[in-house]
Amino acid sequence: MSIVLPAATGSAATFEAVSKYSAPTRRPIEPVGRYFLAHATRTLRGHTWSEYEKLEAEKNVTVVEENGDEDIGDEEQDEDLLAHDPREWKTADLYAVLGLSHLRWKATDDQIKRAHRKQVLKHHPDKKSASGGLEQDGFFKIIQKAMETMSDVTKRQQYDSVDTNADVVPPAPKSEYDFIEAWGPVFASEGRFSKKQPVPSLGDMNSTKEEVDAFYSFFGKFDSWKTFEFKDEDVPDDTSNRDHKRYIERKNVAARKKLKQEDNKRLIALVERAYSEDPRIKLFKDAAKAEKAKKKWDKEAGSRKAAEEEAAKKAAAEEAAKKAAEENANKKADSKKAKEAAKNAKKKAKRTIRAAAKEAEYFGDAAKSGDIDADVEYLVEKLDDVQLQTVSSKVAGGDATVTKSAFNEIAAELAGVGKLQAAHLKYFSA
Amino acid sequence: MFSSAIAVANADGKVDVIANPDGDRAIPSILSYVGVDEYHGAQAKAQLIRNPTNTIINFRDYIGKKYDEVDISASKLGAPAIQTEDGNIAYKIIREENKTEIVTVGEAVRRHLIQLKLAAEDYLGNDISEAVITVPTDFNEHQRTELVKFAGEAGLKVLQLVNEPSAALLAHLSATENKLLEDKTYVVADFGGIRSDAAVISVRGGILTELATAHEPHLGGDNLDDSLVEYFAKEFEKKFKVDPRKTARSLAKLKAESINVKRTLSNVQTSTCSIESLAEGFDFHTSINRLRYELTARSVFGKMTSFVEQVIKKAGLDPLDIDEVVLVGGTSHSPKLASNVSFVFPESTVVVAPTLDPKALDPSELICRGAALQASLIESFDEEEIKESLQPIVVNTQHLKKPIGIKDAEGNFVPILVAETAYPIKKSVNVTNGTNENVIIELYEGKRTIKETIIEPTPVSDAEDLDDDSDEEPEIQREVVYETGDLLAKLSLKDLKPNSELEVIVNITQNGVLHLSGRELKPGSVAVKGEITSA
Ligand SMILES: Nc1ncnc2c1ncn2[C@@H]1O[C@H](COP(=O)(O)OP(=O)(O)OP(=O)(O)O)[C@@H](O)[C@H]1O
Ligand SMILES: [Mg+2]
Repeated sequence: MSIVLPAATGSAATFEAVSKYSAPTRRPIEPVGRYFLAHATRTLRGHTWSEYEKLEAEKNVTVVEENGDEDIGDEEQDEDLLAHDPREWKTADLYAVLGLSHLRWKATDDQIKRAHRKQVLKHHPDKKSASGGLEQDGFFKIIQKAMETMSDVTKRQQYDSVDTNADVVPPAPKSEYDFIEAWGPVFASEGRFSKKQPVPSLGDMNSTKEEVDAFYSFFGKFDSWKTFEFKDEDVPDDTSNRDHKRYIERKNVAARKKLKQEDNKRLIALVERAYSEDPRIKLFKDAAKAEKAKKKWDKEAGSRKAAEEEAAKKAAAEEAAKKAAEENANKKADSKKAKEAAKNAKKKAKRTIRAAAKEAEYFGDAAKSGDIDADVEYLVEKLDDVQLQTVSSKVAGGDATVTKSAFNEIAAELAGVGKLQAAHLKYFSA
Repeated sequence: MFSSAIAVANADGKVDVIANPDGDRAIPSILSYVGVDEYHGAQAKAQLIRNPTNTIINFRDYIGKKYDEVDISASKLGAPAIQTEDGNIAYKIIREENKTEIVTVGEAVRRHLIQLKLAAEDYLGNDISEAVITVPTDFNEHQRTELVKFAGEAGLKVLQLVNEPSAALLAHLSATENKLLEDKTYVVADFGGIRSDAAVISVRGGILTELATAHEPHLGGDNLDDSLVEYFAKEFEKKFKVDPRKTARSLAKLKAESINVKRTLSNVQTSTCSIESLAEGFDFHTSINRLRYELTARSVFGKMTSFVEQVIKKAGLDPLDIDEVVLVGGTSHSPKLASNVSFVFPESTVVVAPTLDPKALDPSELICRGAALQASLIESFDEEEIKESLQPIVVNTQHLKKPIGIKDAEGNFVPILVAETAYPIKKSVNVTNGTNENVIIELYEGKRTIKETIIEPTPVSDAEDLDDDSDEEPEIQREVVYETGDLLAKLSLKDLKPNSELEVIVNITQNGVLHLSGRELKPGSVAVKGEITSA
């Protein structure tokens, strides 16, 4: 079925634009399948995209997957920073420039990249001139310098070394403060410069002496990677005055060394001060004193204690001997009882067996009762304890056939093992 | 991550899913250590009962994460996850002579990939050095970088990382000729072992775009297993007055058999459950039917269905807007899951699952098939070209917010471009003037409306039935219908012979300029053209 178009009314123009279509949504497409590859080829072929266009393509993208820190780099820069002289970029707060002042040295490479992108989109000169603003590319230059610094591991370390904005200030001397609360963050912050990682933490009031000692020994031997190149005086470019150049270079090296020494001294003083104010150290000293006193007392009381122990030992030995004797007696009594019980059982079994024939009315052979009784007596003599029990239980029922066959069976069994001679039997057969 | 699968595709798109030397195509992603020996796959899985603390499971989602950031309950059944000095995640296992070995997540990934690589090389008979690997959509940049690094250490250069739902959909669409070119909206719902992931993906002109994703880190086949464990444990307890959940070993035995039972019940109506010496020397033999199982696990299945509904809502859509639902992951073999999901959608929505369509591809293999297809597509490109094609300038494209189409003689909206079509795009429709000499092409934006049709229940002739069903509600069938919304442009064609063939072309360029043109389909005709822009 084909689609039929409506008839034109009047003599309208051949084409007329009526309104704009709805603003589109920018979304990432999935880079899979052959139609995607065709799209990629088409987009890239014969086209050189400017950095701005590329960054523009990252703007206002509808994200489907929330990463949690989409607002990275959204911090606003203050007026002073925006007006900062780009030639003096080294004195600007480069983390604030990127909108990362709350993260500083903790910012990951990915966060730096994303924050930089945001700043470029916000402050790019193309963008500024488009919106009428002029002469605004000073700050953009600082952004680029900041990114240059942050994206190079060495340069970033140099910057972090002098980024005093990230330092945590120790409590004012002689002020009232909670030691752990005040100093914990100070050392956590200093720790970032340690070549050796991880760095032990200050711990808390419950830390053991070993932990506290380890902590101070670590900071006492602190090996820092801090370097001071960032504070270098710029070495002149021109090659005409090589002596001057060398002079500046030497001056820089000396200045770095001096700064490094000063910083080491600063840290040593810091650690010493913390140690002298650490309430735990006093606690440990008190505890050590108490321990010593206790040891001394122990030593003096040693001989008496030995005597006490001796006596206790003796008493314990006597007690043990008594107990052993009692147990022995009990055991004897027990085994006697058991023996008696066994004897009784045996007697009872014999009685049952002896009475069985009569009980079974001599199997209808009353005439032969003498023979039968003699045989039963003979069998009873030969039966061991177990057999006595078996036979007695078999014959206890009083059933003539069962009883008779039980006697025959046991006779056969005994004869079989040579305990009984079949010829001696008068009535039963083996 | 319960299992891994590897596949290879040849140039004409035929995909082979590779079995490892044990014959498994869904290879358990598990490593286990007994003295000097390393076990992998199903053999390592068997060690979960005997040797759980030296058996490493579910490590993938820990890639690139700090110990503090993750929920370590995923490794509660195997070797416990521990925190390393630098805050990363590792496993502590005992090797020969009681020596402890710390296996970091990266190392586990590396060893696992080496085993997969070996299996593939064994199967193909040649060396492998490059691969496409899939990741959940919520893998962040850092996790992706780390995975690429670990793969490199295992001797695999990653050509491209692909999002799992896109890989699965690519495989599904490639199985049928030209399906990739049908403009449709899909839900790809992946129910795995410990987690569930879903995505709404629009396919327009062969281009895939994720409209929404959702993740449920604690929903998967594991929960179904646990329902069965609970059910069987109660039965055992009643019989023997012994709790089989008390010791780790009997619990592990019960869990392993529950998984077997669950999988059996995906295929047949009843299954036995047999465990020698389950607890305190008692053997356990019983059976369960599918209905009972589905009842027992009802709440888990319920959560899975709501999860699907949730991702649609997140995309700002209604189930009526979804053309197809592709069920992915091992758990999608469950018949109840497939039937529950289909109840969420109108009859016109196709739900793709093996229990509903025997021709559907194995849901456990869809993702790796997609990866293999992608690998075969980009194989001929060099590294630089692939990297270029993944740049934001290529990938981030404008998408049409509303459909665009024309009005026919009866006033109906005839769509040409559907919503979420990515630029640039060019599409045409063939139309006719009928008996009109002059016609007008009016370009409109479509307005979404929902049409409700009341379907009266078919009258029942049987007098008995009438009693039961007399107050049955008439069924209301709902469907999305687009009507003409805002008029965008008009274009007229004049002096036409009756029933001429005409063509209307809409073309939106990369920078968003929409070109409309109309012409008679005959040699030498001149097209009438014009353009508009977006707000
Ligand atoms: N035939 C089957 N019937 C029911 N469940 C099955 C079947 N086959 C496998 N499963 C289940 O599927 C789950 C594994 O699915 P899959 O392999 O997709 O997980 P994964 O993607 O490796 O892990 P995850 O998504 O949790 O990270 C397990 O719970 C397993 O028991
Ligand atoms: Mg999965």
